[in-house]
Amino acid sequence: MQRSDEPGSAKNLGQWLNPLLVPLLAIVTAIICGGLIIQAAGGDPIAAYRGLIQGSFGSPQALSETAVWATPYIFAGLAVAFAFKGGLFNIGAEGQLAFGAVSAALIGYALPGWLHTSLPAYIHIPLAVGCGMLAGAIWGGIPGALKAYTGGHEVINTIMMNYIALNITSFLLNGPMRDPDPLNLSARTPEIAPSARIPPLFNIPDMRVHWGFILALLVAVLIWWLLWKTTLGFEIRTVGANPDAAKYAGINVKRIITITMAISGALAGLAGAIEVTALNYRHELGFSSGYGFDAIAIALLGKTNPYGVILAAILFGAMRNGATRMQFLTQIPIDIISVIQALMLLFVAADAIIRFIYHIRVDEERVVLTRGWGG
Amino acid sequence: MDWRRFAIILFVIVIMFGTVVLIGVSQNSPLVIITSMIATTIAVATPLTLGALCGLYCERAGVVNIGIEGTMLGAAFFGWLASIYMNTIFHFPAMPSLIVGVIAAILTGGLFALLHAVLSITFKVDQIIGGTVINILAAGITGFLNRQLFFGAGSVFHGQIPNAPGVLPTLRVPFLADIPIIGRIFEQQPIAISAIALVIITQFVIFNTRWGLRTRAVGEHPRAADTVGINVIRMRYLNVIIGGFMAGLGGAYFTLESISSFEANMTNGRGFIALAAMIFGNWTPFGAWSAALVFGAAQALQINLQFFRTLIPPQLAVLQNSYVVGLAPYLLTMLILTGLIGKTIPPAADGKPYEK
Repeated sequence: MQRSDEPGSAKNLGQWLNPLLVPLLAIVTAIICGGLIIQAAGGDPIAAYRGLIQGSFGSPQALSETAVWATPYIFAGLAVAFAFKGGLFNIGAEGQLAFGAVSAALIGYALPGWLHTSLPAYIHIPLAVGCGMLAGAIWGGIPGALKAYTGGHEVINTIMMNYIALNITSFLLNGPMRDPDPLNLSARTPEIAPSARIPPLFNIPDMRVHWGFILALLVAVLIWWLLWKTTLGFEIRTVGANPDAAKYAGINVKRIITITMAISGALAGLAGAIEVTALNYRHELGFSSGYGFDAIAIALLGKTNPYGVILAAILFGAMRNGATRMQFLTQIPIDIISVIQALMLLFVAADAIIRFIYHIRVDEERVVLTRGWGG
Repeated sequence: MDWRRFAIILFVIVIMFGTVVLIGVSQNSPLVIITSMIATTIAVATPLTLGALCGLYCERAGVVNIGIEGTMLGAAFFGWLASIYMNTIFHFPAMPSLIVGVIAAILTGGLFALLHAVLSITFKVDQIIGGTVINILAAGITGFLNRQLFFGAGSVFHGQIPNAPGVLPTLRVPFLADIPIIGRIFEQQPIAISAIALVIITQFVIFNTRWGLRTRAVGEHPRAADTVGINVIRMRYLNVIIGGFMAGLGGAYFTLESISSFEANMTNGRGFIALAAMIFGNWTPFGAWSAALVFGAAQALQINLQFFRTLIPPQLAVLQNSYVVGLAPYLLTMLILTGLIGKTIPPAADGKPYEK
């Protein structure tokens, strides 16, 4: 928190640390600003942050919970980062995630009944998770195709798809998919069959961290490989960097835009499917709220790099997890976390501000992330 | 606004009104239903109209602002908060408290807009990201303060939300409001009336004044504007802030005119729908307003169908489900953005930072 990252010491840091410098300073600055806001609102920032760290890293259980929180963040952050690589801004991770969760839940609880047989886990889990991905891919692919073939801007379309998804899932969870248990008072699906459940990593009570976390790490590697080691990845990055050049190089830009958004949606759908199959064992209304915007912040904080996304997602997971403990200890509302996260995003997006505050001159090339209504 | 777009707007509104008239005709006369639909449409279109005007000032000057949603949310909260402080802590009567609230909301809108201007004009941050920052920040700050100020340790409200000073009173347009039955249309609350006045004023300012000419020049071809001595940066800053005032007034609608309380994320996507209205209106005030009225009509449809729920025939049972009817404005927005309904042309320099 002290200004140990002065320009002088910045020069001594190895070149490998250079791309991390601005995000790190952005995080530190956001934490300081958050502290000032807590102070201004009549709280004790030191106590708040102590509670936050205790709650997120203070014990094996806390670490496990941080990983549990980080898992959907990794998937959703990858979704947004992947779209950014293709020059697209996916604000719709929330709706794609909700649809992925609903579909995975449906396959999870209803499929054995439809087939009149129980399924082995090695078939049921991939089916549930795969259907969640597919639902997310469709929900992301629609605004992608609209962007590619009609020019409708994906920012507004993905947001509209969020609200449409919210209405449809509300309808489903209050109607056809509602848990018929007479004791149930909330809008939620029945529990999924045991054969559709992804097991926890350890067989210890209170350690909820599950194999989904490992899967998230693997998927991050896979996305890195897809983007930098395959033809498709090259085409996506080319379209993202310069669609005109891509067109003259013979790349089918419209197809690539649609595919990019579909893969992005599939990743967000995966986030929802894993939450259902590995953690909650059902989908409940309202659980997915807020993931979409958090995912944007994570993607930007991770500089749209898959490995950066992992780090940012763990940071966000730790904050969300620790926030409960912080609220318990200091009565400071959890929502302060959203403020700090918005500030992090602000300082990462506006890295010029960070460079201005800390007098850093880094000649990084400016990356154009999104475009206006015209293109 | 070309005839084609106007025809589509009329067509959609007629269908929506017609549905309600057909369902409700056994209980009320068509004229009463239509009058009430129009009155509701104008009222609920208010934040959309003002949000669209915010987008219009920004984009005519060349700055894309998708932070309208957050700006309105922030304004709704701080305007409401100011009115409560005036009323409860400083013991102002209700009416002055509400006026202070509206002013606070407008200023909050200006502040959020100033942040967007600093980010996008001075620091040349990607404007879509800048707007997203505002949306996340507004959701976070309002959510945090809404709990901390009322339930946090040392709260002056001692752990309960105090009674708000109510909502702005309904005004009657002289003479017009006295007409039997349809006079109801001219009984509106002050922000709704101001919104219509601001549409007319904006039309005049953008297309008939020196200020408007300069604004458009800065949005279409900033370099040319710069060469003839127009201060591009200053024009962009001022227009974005004026836009922020509009969105601030739009935010005040939620907590000072519509209902007298604040809920987390209560703007519910209205800021984004306002943007779509502005695009559909081809960046003109009257176009944006008529598009806002379409969305308003969609909402009025939803409200009236709830009201006439018991009269809906079983073949149309789907209309009884508010989730299904609630899809209308969002689907409409997407349809509009596909450009199937005529091409729209944004200002040429929209979204591009100006580098000298």
